[in-house]
Amino acid sequence: MGAGDVYGQAVSHGVASGMGGIRTAGDLVARMQITRGMRLTEAKEYVAGRLGVSTLDLSDPTVMLDVRKEYGLGGILESGEITDVGDPLGIEAKFNIAAVLDVPVNCVTRFRDMASRRRPVEI
Amino acid sequence: MEARIRTRMGDGALVEMTPSEIRADLEAGTQAAAKRCKAPELASAELDHLAEIFCSNSRFTGVDIGDEVVLSYDGCGSHDLGTRINDLQYYEQYLCADSLELYHHDYSYKPAKAVTAFEQVVMRQAQFVTTAPLGYGAMPDLGLYTVPDGPVPNWSELLPLGKIAESRAAQEEAVELAAADIVFVADEMVEAGIEFIDLDTAGAAGDADFLAALRAIERIRARHPDLGIQIGMAGEFVLGMHGELEYEGVRLAGLWPLDQMRLAARAGATIFGPAINVNTGRSIAWNVARTLTIAKPCCDAATIPVHLNGGMGVGGVPMHVVPAGDATCRASRAAVDILRLDGL
Repeated sequence: MGAGDVYGQAVSHGVASGMGGIRTAGDLVARMQITRGMRLTEAKEYVAGRLGVSTLDLSDPTVMLDVRKEYGLGGILESGEITDVGDPLGIEAKFNIAAVLDVPVNCVTRFRDMASRRRPVEI
Repeated sequence: MEARIRTRMGDGALVEMTPSEIRADLEAGTQAAAKRCKAPELASAELDHLAEIFCSNSRFTGVDIGDEVVLSYDGCGSHDLGTRINDLQYYEQYLCADSLELYHHDYSYKPAKAVTAFEQVVMRQAQFVTTAPLGYGAMPDLGLYTVPDGPVPNWSELLPLGKIAESRAAQEEAVELAAADIVFVADEMVEAGIEFIDLDTAGAAGDADFLAALRAIERIRARHPDLGIQIGMAGEFVLGMHGELEYEGVRLAGLWPLDQMRLAARAGATIFGPAINVNTGRSIAWNVARTLTIAKPCCDAATIPVHLNGGMGVGGVPMHVVPAGDATCRASRAAVDILRLDGL
């Protein structure tokens, strides 16, 4: 799909036309396309509305670093210098993403089910 | 005397052309595509914009600030840098992929089915440590269901013998086997936490291959209403290896991206990836103009996001295992600027 069949060209596509993944809000916009089938403009407007930013901000790492930290949406690690021990990461961040974007995130639902067992299950 | 512009051929070779030659190739590329798939040629202003992108010796180019699109990646858990999970983290942390995809190296649903339990474990662990949407991908790959690799008579052997009916029956049998395997893997990977399933290189074995993908998508959508479903095509045109197969009354053989997208959306896909082939003997300017002309009707009419395939040998990117960045960035920018893409 998309920019795949990789062989080192992810850098070219990423710099030429990419939103920027978790450096910005690329993963959040992607999530609305994947889960809801929203086209780009609609997905950007939806995410911007949920985060209280402009659609231009969504590709701006200067803005999105603070926004991601504020909402606990995960981000670049850089040895703890960017995302530190007090910031949600991985599955932790995805719990917050599901809530902020108001979309089901399958692995979060599965995690919640697995972690909420309080009695033996029938095998 | 005209300036000489360094540009590339479809096989990646670096060549020099004049601006007039590049402009002529852009016009020839859009004319060739329009004639082949009966789409409108690119407008003069669009060709002017492409000429501006290609008639430059700069090493790199990109879209305007604010025009960035979503980048999805098939096959980015490659086991190149430690574990497959390490690769996914690398794509997220350093390459800034907007979505991630775990896959088995055989990259077909039939072999993936045999190791699904192991794939589930890796997927589950990967979901703990990644933030971007993470899915699982493979090809329908209908050929794997034929003798000697599978149970179905081999239509590539039957067709040269003139056994048309037997060939068609074999393909119809393979469609159901493939669709069942894809749905099985999707079900199992949903249990492991996937956020989307990718049916990549669909239609590689022709119209029956595409039909298997559509039927699988339809069944997965019915079982998992919130699951993302991506379908990426194998080529620009669905080959009629069977010739008479239909989906919802539409004959599959001979479909171009516009109608491929419509059927994918009808089946329940959430992202469609057209794949436009590259002619290695023509310039990248010619190939990009041809790509955009074929893809434009699909993008204009899309009801779901369109992520144009921009890997090696498709979407105007040179057919070389290590495509040069100067060519990839031009193909990338041109596609976003002209097609108003949802992603790549």
